[in-house]
Amino acid sequence: MSRFTDRTDAALADPLLKVAVERTAGTAEAKRSAAVDAFPNFDAARTRAAAIKDHVIAHLGAYLELFEANAVAAGAHVHWASTADEACRIVITLCKAAGAKSVARSKSMLGEEIGLPHALAQAGIERVETDLAEHIIQLADERPSHIIWPAMHKTREQVSALFKAKHRTPHEEETIAAMAESARRELRARMLGADVGISGANFLIADSGAVCTVTNEGNAELSLVPPRVHIVTAGIEKIVPSMPHAIHMLRLLARSATGAALTQYTTFYTGPKRPGDRDGPEEMHIVLVDNGRTKMREEGLAEMLRCIRCGACMNHCVVFRQIGGHAYGGTYPGPMGSVLTPAMDGLPDNRDLVHACTLNGKCQEVCPVRIPLPTLLKGWREKSWREGLEPTSMRFGLALWTWVARRPALYRLGTGIAVRAMRLLGRRGWIDRLPLAGGWTRHRAMPRPAARTFMDQYRQERRK
Amino acid sequence: MTRKVALFVTCLVDVMRPRIGFAAIRALEAAGCDVIVPQGQTCCGQPALNSGDRDHAAALARQTIEALEPYDAIVVPSGSCAGTIRCHYPEIFEQDAAWRPRAQAVAAKTFEVMAYLDDVLGWKPQGVSLDASAAYHDSCSGLRELGIKAQPRRLLGNIDGLALVPLAGEETCCGFGGTFCVKYPAISNAIVGEKADAIDASGADLLLAGDLGCLMNMAGKLHRNGSRVRAYHAIELIAGMGDGPAIGEEP
Repeated sequence: MSRFTDRTDAALADPLLKVAVERTAGTAEAKRSAAVDAFPNFDAARTRAAAIKDHVIAHLGAYLELFEANAVAAGAHVHWASTADEACRIVITLCKAAGAKSVARSKSMLGEEIGLPHALAQAGIERVETDLAEHIIQLADERPSHIIWPAMHKTREQVSALFKAKHRTPHEEETIAAMAESARRELRARMLGADVGISGANFLIADSGAVCTVTNEGNAELSLVPPRVHIVTAGIEKIVPSMPHAIHMLRLLARSATGAALTQYTTFYTGPKRPGDRDGPEEMHIVLVDNGRTKMREEGLAEMLRCIRCGACMNHCVVFRQIGGHAYGGTYPGPMGSVLTPAMDGLPDNRDLVHACTLNGKCQEVCPVRIPLPTLLKGWREKSWREGLEPTSMRFGLALWTWVARRPALYRLGTGIAVRAMRLLGRRGWIDRLPLAGGWTRHRAMPRPAARTFMDQYRQERRK
Repeated sequence: MTRKVALFVTCLVDVMRPRIGFAAIRALEAAGCDVIVPQGQTCCGQPALNSGDRDHAAALARQTIEALEPYDAIVVPSGSCAGTIRCHYPEIFEQDAAWRPRAQAVAAKTFEVMAYLDDVLGWKPQGVSLDASAAYHDSCSGLRELGIKAQPRRLLGNIDGLALVPLAGEETCCGFGGTFCVKYPAISNAIVGEKADAIDASGADLLLAGDLGCLMNMAGKLHRNGSRVRAYHAIELIAGMGDGPAIGEEP
């Protein structure tokens, strides 16, 4: 048994996980559907969004240089990181240069991807997670289980118990408002006392050098504006050419993610505080991270770089809805994670991810940038096959099946025998246990086949 | 003019439920087609293709193309096998100058049986009646690769006495997924368990769909749960064979 199946078995055995995932994903699915129905020609908007991203990815170097030039002109510093480690080293160096004892972090999956929480801990810098769900995850010492709802795997009842155990003055009333107030009391002072604010980016605007973040809690604004230094870590694929392009993507992002028309806060940060500005950081640093993206573009995964991290694919995935995000084992769960994780963490250890999918195509249907996720997963399966990573039983089974199926006369003989053998095992129309198909009959019965195959019956009928 | 139509039976129908193949022939003949079952056919190669085994998939695709290319149209009682031929054969031979045009030609004239009867022939079942209520599950490949949604419902709507009842999550995957269901049985079971509950909750007498793999998965789970819902391929009802044994009732 693989580690993946151990994790999925554990997830499937946890009834609270199912309740928690279903509450959030079920609501998101219904709200997205209503939002899409109310949007004039959502499919055309998806096609346009995919075209915008494809254009940028095809001309990534030029747009990154344009972004850098404009960000520098606005007073920001731009840093380039090829790998996750390099990105972390740059951030830690910047934090140390700022004399930072504590940093306020606004939720960023790129930060998770490069291992920034761990790097900050190693450097002895206190980390205050300011997104409510990230705060929950930090208290529980866990990793995010969803890219937009990091604490999706927890029920509100579990969160209430966690706050009572960890907050200094926890809520007394069992209401969501009281719980939110408890988190606010806990977080606000620590946010305002931070020396450095660290965020990700939802979009990087090439023609202005602006960084866009979206939140529903306003925590990004509160954790990025007061500190002396603002550090952005962003994947290089986050670029869009201009503000109108960003607005187009924003219209799709919130609707696809939560079904809302727009997030509560959508903020564009262009450079540090200017002379005469009333607030803002004195320094702004933007760390542009490759971490395998250029390689993905060159190795057949360019379409994956369209991803705007909305989470619609996982919200609509029948597998994710059963096992939640942690079972995937990588930074990114669900269909998009199953494509990204092998690229970032290697295929041999993540072979299960590319197979644990029914190829039903729902993820592609809801993706706001039309990423052909099932096709990309099949591409990984082909690579796994070519590189000899597939189990011998599978290789032998398919080779044998093909060898027989390439010989129709032998195939007819074989299927005739198989039918007779199966019929011996069945009673009253059903087979309860079938050798070599325990995976099937452990959970469901197998219908007993008819006495003779179609081809057998058909040939006999035609002879009459 | 009679149309010479080749039936691609599919390996699953051939072995597990021949009635579906005969129902397809019956409906196509009622619609005025001359139906031929090419003898060179076996499996379309979908299991190999979805497992990443491109070479074996291509070998079976070449055999299938050779068997099917002489006919005016190829009709398949399965959305996923029709989708493999129609959508994926041209991809398999994208870099193969000799086989690409042949794959494209076969792809262009391959249809799922209900889509062929409704979209292409504009045919309706006549004089077919069955007193029952039925829930229809949209199998994923047919729905998303071939756009099969209205066609089976239109055809079934012409059966006297048959009432189609709504099924919650009718477009949600049943958890079959070909080899997925035996590679990851626990996840597959959780998915089909929810599907079976939704089918039972619909109150329908019958479960209908257009793909035998999905039907065996759902019917097998319903049976294991002790449900009384009986399952058929929709073409069986459309061909007037809805009074015969359901899946799991083969004598």
